[in-house]
Amino acid sequence: MNFDPRFSGRKFTSVGTRPIRPDGIDKVTGRARYGADFNMAGQLVGRVLRSPHAHARIVKIDTSKAEKLAGVKAVITAADLPDLTDGDAAMYDVLDNCMARTKALYDGHAVAAVAAIDARTARQALKLIEIEYELLPHVTDVDEAAKHTAPLINDAIFTEGLEEKPVKPSNVTKRSQFGHGDVHQGFGQADFIVERSFKTEQTHQGYIEPHACVANFSSDGTADLWVCTQGHFVYRQHCAQLLGMEASKLRVTSSEIGGGFGGKTHVWAEPVALALSRKAGRPVKLVMTRDEVFRASGPTSATSIDVKIGARKDGTITAAEATLRYSCGPYAGSWAEIGAMTAFACYKLDNVKTVGYEVLVNRPKTAAYRAPSAPMAAFAVESAVDELAKKIGMDPVDFRIKNAAQEGTRSSYGPVYGPIGIGPTLEAVKSHPHMKAPLGKNQGRGMACGFWFNFGGQTCTDLNIGMDGSVSLAVGTVDVGGSRASLSLVAAEELGIDYSQVKAIVADTSSLGYNDMTDGSRGTFSSSMATISAARNAIKILRERAAQMWDIAVDDVVWEKGHAIARGEKHGNLGKLSLKEIAVESGKTGGPIAGHSELVADGAGVSFATHICDIEVDPDTGATRVIRYTVVQDAGKAVHPTYVEGQYQGGAAQGIGWALNEEYIYGKDGRLQNAGFLDYRIPVCSDLPMIDTQILEIPNPNHPYGVRGVGETSIVPPLAAIANAVSNAAGVRMTHIPMSPPRILAAIEAEREWSK
Amino acid sequence: MVEVTLWGSLAATAGGNSKVEIEAKDIRELFRKLAEQYPGLEPWIDKGIAVAIDGTIYRDTWSKKLPQGAEIFLLPRLAGG
Repeated sequence: MNFDPRFSGRKFTSVGTRPIRPDGIDKVTGRARYGADFNMAGQLVGRVLRSPHAHARIVKIDTSKAEKLAGVKAVITAADLPDLTDGDAAMYDVLDNCMARTKALYDGHAVAAVAAIDARTARQALKLIEIEYELLPHVTDVDEAAKHTAPLINDAIFTEGLEEKPVKPSNVTKRSQFGHGDVHQGFGQADFIVERSFKTEQTHQGYIEPHACVANFSSDGTADLWVCTQGHFVYRQHCAQLLGMEASKLRVTSSEIGGGFGGKTHVWAEPVALALSRKAGRPVKLVMTRDEVFRASGPTSATSIDVKIGARKDGTITAAEATLRYSCGPYAGSWAEIGAMTAFACYKLDNVKTVGYEVLVNRPKTAAYRAPSAPMAAFAVESAVDELAKKIGMDPVDFRIKNAAQEGTRSSYGPVYGPIGIGPTLEAVKSHPHMKAPLGKNQGRGMACGFWFNFGGQTCTDLNIGMDGSVSLAVGTVDVGGSRASLSLVAAEELGIDYSQVKAIVADTSSLGYNDMTDGSRGTFSSSMATISAARNAIKILRERAAQMWDIAVDDVVWEKGHAIARGEKHGNLGKLSLKEIAVESGKTGGPIAGHSELVADGAGVSFATHICDIEVDPDTGATRVIRYTVVQDAGKAVHPTYVEGQYQGGAAQGIGWALNEEYIYGKDGRLQNAGFLDYRIPVCSDLPMIDTQILEIPNPNHPYGVRGVGETSIVPPLAAIANAVSNAAGVRMTHIPMSPPRILAAIEAEREWSK
Repeated sequence: MVEVTLWGSLAATAGGNSKVEIEAKDIRELFRKLAEQYPGLEPWIDKGIAVAIDGTIYRDTWSKKLPQGAEIFLLPRLAGG
């Protein structure tokens, strides 16, 4: 990478302003094209048959009647998606999840699919597919599944990470451990100890747009896929591998995205649509229903977490320990491992130990959900921290400030921190007017901190300057939160032109080099780095062209505020040349002017946030109302502050739903009971107050503009901040998320009984 | 020579060593020599390991230099949302 990513401390002209997003008008007028909006001539309708059983062996599938139905053009089963994963266990799991091979592992697991001339015929065909199942015992609860007596989901899995290889298979796929110091010694030094167990139920990202794609397999072996995704290059790789194609023969175009939050980082329907199209010889559109999205895409883990924290009378934490059990669905994952890494990351601890256990259950395969695994760990830890502060008699903010990690602190997950923002977010909260606002009857205030890593990754960008001086910016990171606006600002900043002269697009997989997904809060961080690099490469060419036009040496030409300027006394009579003036002559000075960049954007810089929440609890019904909510978060540098605020508000809104209402409810039969937005209630506008935000800007030393990722951290503190607020309002410690009215009422009544 | 710290689970596959000393100038050489000296680590390296150098996490940059005296910490490669 011939690019210096270090923070330069420059003054900004465009970056930090708030122009209208380039995709805004299309989105508010309905013209924007989402996954289901793409259509092709001769297109078929794809539909998937799903297991109604939580755990069952597939004895026999008979598709003959469905195949004979008029209008049916293809029927596929696992036999049409042979195992080409070549020993790659993770990809085999993806394949098996797309289409069950020997066992249905959860209610909703795909077992067959059809392509037909219309939806009615496709639905009829599904009914004609005969499947003989042998029902097996199932387990959906994370604690039950971890027991030795639980039904085994995969008898080839033996727990990894133990000192001795186990002799019996288990639903616990992996144990992971982090920490340093000696927690036993640390607890011995404590004057106060809080020890509690917490549970969080499984939730879905709740994106409004269901998964949707159109696949078109050509008879020459090439294929196109139009799809709603967070990472079309990754989808290309995975689909190509699963279908036995060369990646370059599959062109993937990403649509606009109606929310992803980690849930669109994984293929489900796309390999199925491609296999149907390959068999039918026609384009196939496959759109999941909301029921399918809940039952068969990738929600987050349900968890069970034990926390123990000890502190001296002066408020110094002496030891902290957590055991975290996270459900993975029926396939191995590393979700508890992430929880174990993030749990105590906000604090300066001499003695800390976290242990994570990954647990298989008969539920859909867990996928990433915005700062995956961190919110649940933060809920448990920040609840215990709050309780410990109370026990000591300290203000919860002061207690956290006293123990906050800082530059030079060894993080609980291992490395020593560079410059970080947890201290400043806590100080900002301490002095925020929200903390001093009066509370009414039955109202409580809570606050909590959160941490997320943020990632960079492989990134490729093209910047093309038209002959009229306008600039096209082609990026490969899907725009999930306004990144086309922020990247246009970055291009404008670097070139010294107006934002309105730049048009950013998300290029397809055949038009640009590989890009990692838009995950890990990397979209603006990574692609802005590549955009800066591409713009600097374009400026080098602009200077060369200006030198030609002036007939002087290129070393005498500098680039300032969108213009080439000739430096030196001998060039004193030369005026400035604007980007447009140089572009107009480009056909005569060497052809098109462009800048390209391919790099690995590393050094994303960790991120911290602190949230404040006021809640009112009705003690007679357990109903809650969020009165006020404030987010304080470090952005490094807010490229487009409105969209940074949007990320902060969105994370808080999702967190409020997760904390108060949302949960997967399974019946004793292992079937999901609430696969729809009527029974799985996400917050709507009327449920929420205006969410206030405060952006802190502590520059990331590893980005030229100091940018850090901002998309995920905002969902880490809400569960804990809301739990602390509810606990304070209700007068009883809440330990089970979601804090739905029945759960709050039961806790209040139990407390009343106990107090008698 | 740099000192490399392994996270808990990884240490178990390196004969219980949580700290190992490796003669390596960059991440590429570090991974190669770790795999040579501790074959149990090779599958982990193949699956993907992140390297924190003085607290900054690198995932894909083989050419990243390992400065003398820097704190080198191996971490699991994580998923984001």
